[in-house]
Amino acid sequence: MDFKGSDTIPGPRAEDQLPHTAQAAAKIVIVGGFGVGKTTMVGSVSEITPLTTEETMTQAGIGVDDNFGSASKTATTVAMDFGRISITDELVLYLFGTPGQQRFWFLWNGLFEGALGAVVLVDTRRLEVSFDVMGRLEERGVPFVVAINSFPDAPRYPIEELRTALDLSPDIPIMECDARRRASSRDVLMTLMRFLHSLAMTGSLT
Amino acid sequence: MTPPQRQRREPAVPEPATPQEGEGKVKNPERMYVVAGPDGERAELDLVTLIVARATDPPPSASPEQAAVLRLCAAPLSVAELSAYLHLPFSAMGVLLTELLTAELVKARAPIVRQARTDRSLLEAVMNGLQRL
Ligand SMILES: Nc1nc2c(ncn2[C@@H]2O[C@H](COP(=O)(O)OP(=O)(O)O)[C@@H](O)[C@H]2O)c(=O)[nH]1
Ligand SMILES: [Mg+2]
Repeated sequence: MDFKGSDTIPGPRAEDQLPHTAQAAAKIVIVGGFGVGKTTMVGSVSEITPLTTEETMTQAGIGVDDNFGSASKTATTVAMDFGRISITDELVLYLFGTPGQQRFWFLWNGLFEGALGAVVLVDTRRLEVSFDVMGRLEERGVPFVVAINSFPDAPRYPIEELRTALDLSPDIPIMECDARRRASSRDVLMTLMRFLHSLAMTGSLT
Repeated sequence: MTPPQRQRREPAVPEPATPQEGEGKVKNPERMYVVAGPDGERAELDLVTLIVARATDPPPSASPEQAAVLRLCAAPLSVAELSAYLHLPFSAMGVLLTELLTAELVKARAPIVRQARTDRSLLEAVMNGLQRL
């Protein structure tokens, strides 16, 4: 590793530092196909300029039980954009925009396990791109809401037709959004939180 | 035009724990950094575990990477942010932080994770926070 002296590493700007009172953080994951607007959504609500974290992992098809990083495997670097919202002086929320392609699925163990929930961003020009992502969230019992990012040249379907096409159970919220707009992205996150709240009320969360 | 049709999936039945689990085989590479807390309880490093330096002056024995973490963690910072600022992959960050935690140079503040019944007051706090955005 080529590591330069610690003084050369730029850290957070003074205004981007969390207060010492910050006790704990939670995370939400935004998933969807390439170009669907994940990074845009993270950026529109984040209080910091979105950052990128990455992980090196072996190619899919090997299986998670293989020794991680075995020399013979091809390594792939997966990058994730993330942003941050300070909720209170003690509580911080992080948003991760993660690639939804199947070959990155084993990235998800650590990411989705603890996530409060997920936003599935959908582009109606390529609806099927999101099918696998939703199935995986269902299998893992990760609660999610669906946000339709409205691109100008995308086919428009009535929301109920999309609900049927996506085979969403009636309680799962589905809504249109514009990820470029902070208010719209915030509404999506609010919808997710209300949904999680309703699940906590009924106790039906797996 | 009709949209393509998906079929929903059922939650997978959790696999029964295998007896040899935890013996050499890493089942979940992202979660392999397990650190012991002050009272011996074990905590895993998450992307959103908050790290705080116990003292920002690195001991003379600290490596440049360790010194960099201590400097960045003068205020609490998530593992994800550390990874971003240091340009280190998440797993490398885990190794580095495990050393620092073992040497008691940093403290880790455990994340809030989804539970069977997620705390409603937490969700309400998040909603109030989002409202102010
Ligand atoms: N019209 C429209 N364009 C969007 C929206 N969200 C993102 N875009 C654009 O779509 C492109 C891809 O977005 P990006 O966030 O990089 O997608 P990602 O690959 O999912 O991270 C960018 O040029 C965005 O400006 C949206 O809600 N409406
Ligand atoms: Mg992106």
